[in-house]
Amino acid sequence: MAEDLLKAIADLHEEEALRITEERLSAGDKPLDILDEARRGMGVVGKRFADGEYFIPDLVYSGEIMKEVTNIVKPKLTGEAKVKRLGKVIIGTVAGDIHDIGKDIVVFMLDISGFEVYDLGIDVPGHKFVEKIEETKAGIVGLSGFLTLAFDSMKETIEAVEAAGLRDKVRIMIGGGQVDDEVRKYTGADAYRPDAVSAVSLAKEWIGGA
Amino acid sequence: MEKTPEELFKERSQRVEDVVQLRVPDRVPVVPTFQYFYAKYGGITSKQAHYDYDKWSMAVKKTAVDFQPDLIQNPRHLILAPGLLMEMVDLREIKWPGHGVSENYSFQFVEGEYMKAEEYDSFLYDPSDYVLRTYMPRIYGVLEPFKSLPPLRIMMLGYGTAHLFAALARSETAKALDTLMKAGAESRRWRSVMNSLQEELNRMGFPLSSDSIGLAPFDVIGDHLRGTRGVMLDMYRRPDKLIEAIEKVLPMELQAATFAAKRSGNPRVFIPLHKGADGFMSSEQFKTFYWPTLRKLITGLISEGLTPWVLFEGNYTSRLEIIRDIPRGKVIYHFERTDFFKAKEILGDVACIRGGVANSLLCTGTVEQVKERCKQLIDVVGKGGGFIMDAGAIIDEAKPENLKAMVDFTKEYGVYS
Repeated sequence: MAEDLLKAIADLHEEEALRITEERLSAGDKPLDILDEARRGMGVVGKRFADGEYFIPDLVYSGEIMKEVTNIVKPKLTGEAKVKRLGKVIIGTVAGDIHDIGKDIVVFMLDISGFEVYDLGIDVPGHKFVEKIEETKAGIVGLSGFLTLAFDSMKETIEAVEAAGLRDKVRIMIGGGQVDDEVRKYTGADAYRPDAVSAVSLAKEWIGGA
Repeated sequence: MEKTPEELFKERSQRVEDVVQLRVPDRVPVVPTFQYFYAKYGGITSKQAHYDYDKWSMAVKKTAVDFQPDLIQNPRHLILAPGLLMEMVDLREIKWPGHGVSENYSFQFVEGEYMKAEEYDSFLYDPSDYVLRTYMPRIYGVLEPFKSLPPLRIMMLGYGTAHLFAALARSETAKALDTLMKAGAESRRWRSVMNSLQEELNRMGFPLSSDSIGLAPFDVIGDHLRGTRGVMLDMYRRPDKLIEAIEKVLPMELQAATFAAKRSGNPRVFIPLHKGADGFMSSEQFKTFYWPTLRKLITGLISEGLTPWVLFEGNYTSRLEIIRDIPRGKVIYHFERTDFFKAKEILGDVACIRGGVANSLLCTGTVEQVKERCKQLIDVVGKGGGFIMDAGAIIDEAKPENLKAMVDFTKEYGVYS
């Protein structure tokens, strides 16, 4: 196969990607194969982001293209594709903070890197993290926060995990806004990472080491 | 002999003026950009900062007296608007303490595509009409009836009179106008307290950090009209429309910021940047969509005799060469996560640099760590002038002793011989 869909997505050529998708479907290509190639195109986008060649708008745009490709293919799908996942990550912006741009980028990168991501959204109280850990048995938790006020929410969230007796079951990383290693010490998190790419590397490390 | 407040006012204004013009002052100026810290330090909640104008004034004055900064952060700007006013008009673009976020949190924007992608033409055709009849009804619940007003431009066509005034008298529009009158009265009450507070701060010897605000034209579209996601997609899907809209907004920004600054007599115009940081767009996109109009805003203000104070939120290390292209000795560049020493190296001969102390350090560090950082900044970035000590970003949370150490240490160690 020419892999021209992969290339169109990787190069962010929206119209071309949609045209190829339509053509492949009418030519009788398997919907799952089309989706798989599209996903691999997203993998290239993620790699280019990690290499500093792509930036946040490129990720947002590629996500939009992928959504449209999926919308075209979905009605033709018969079975559910089983994608192999590396591990589970719970992520959310902590209580009181409603910023989501940074968190969404991390979710995006974890997702295309093969993690099963549970995105709890914004303004997430500590007990929601605790419930999700109990429910999913995820081994990694990511706490996001843009405001300096979020430092205390992160600390309280980690205390809630501790109080639920789950602290040794999960590794916790934090990031966003003013967060740095000083804040990591203050909150009791296991690690701080400054960007989505290093957050994904750390998650992989943690999975590998677990 | 102790200096009078008038003498202090002059001395502090001069000190800042010196560093802006890249002359060596008597010592490094120190200006913490307080926001909700005022409330915290003054013993009130963030909610009270928005609702109890007198308590807020007391908190601001107490902070000014205890910390003795060279400029005092404008208590009007960073609160945006009083809570009661925002409640009365049902402002939906913001959550504020006690209204959507807890009482001790800061206000936060609720981003959205308040202008839809297909509405660019309507905006470009007549921005005022678009704002009145489409944007404002989406942002302010109370203004929803404005959706059914006729466009005001019909008034010049000769047949508008009966049409427009009839629309104003429709019961839901009349009710909205009535609410606006009440909201206007509340706004006047708040402004009068803020005006007295500002005058009092001046009389106490503290010049205001700024009394005018501008936004990068790209951020106007990205923050308030299209949202982050919307504006990012527009860079690919409709770049020409986006640029047209940004260019449309530029003269409006320039005019509004110039008007406010000239009315106040304070030359500094606060320009907080939101969406141009490293990572938020490529260098190419920055040069295409963000910088050209921001630069025109900066140079336009300068040619009006004003001093742009640009707060580069996030990291701009990769853009230092680009933002160097401005007139020498006319601006304050305030950096948050940008490599400070690199900034001094690349921009030191054109711009006064402000910031340097991480907010996280002020929140979680020790007095000794703060002093150590300040010493390093004064030694390197303060060399030859052109530097204002400050936190990297607006200050909501901080250990008071750390802030005090930042101010006092700078005054003691930052003296130029």
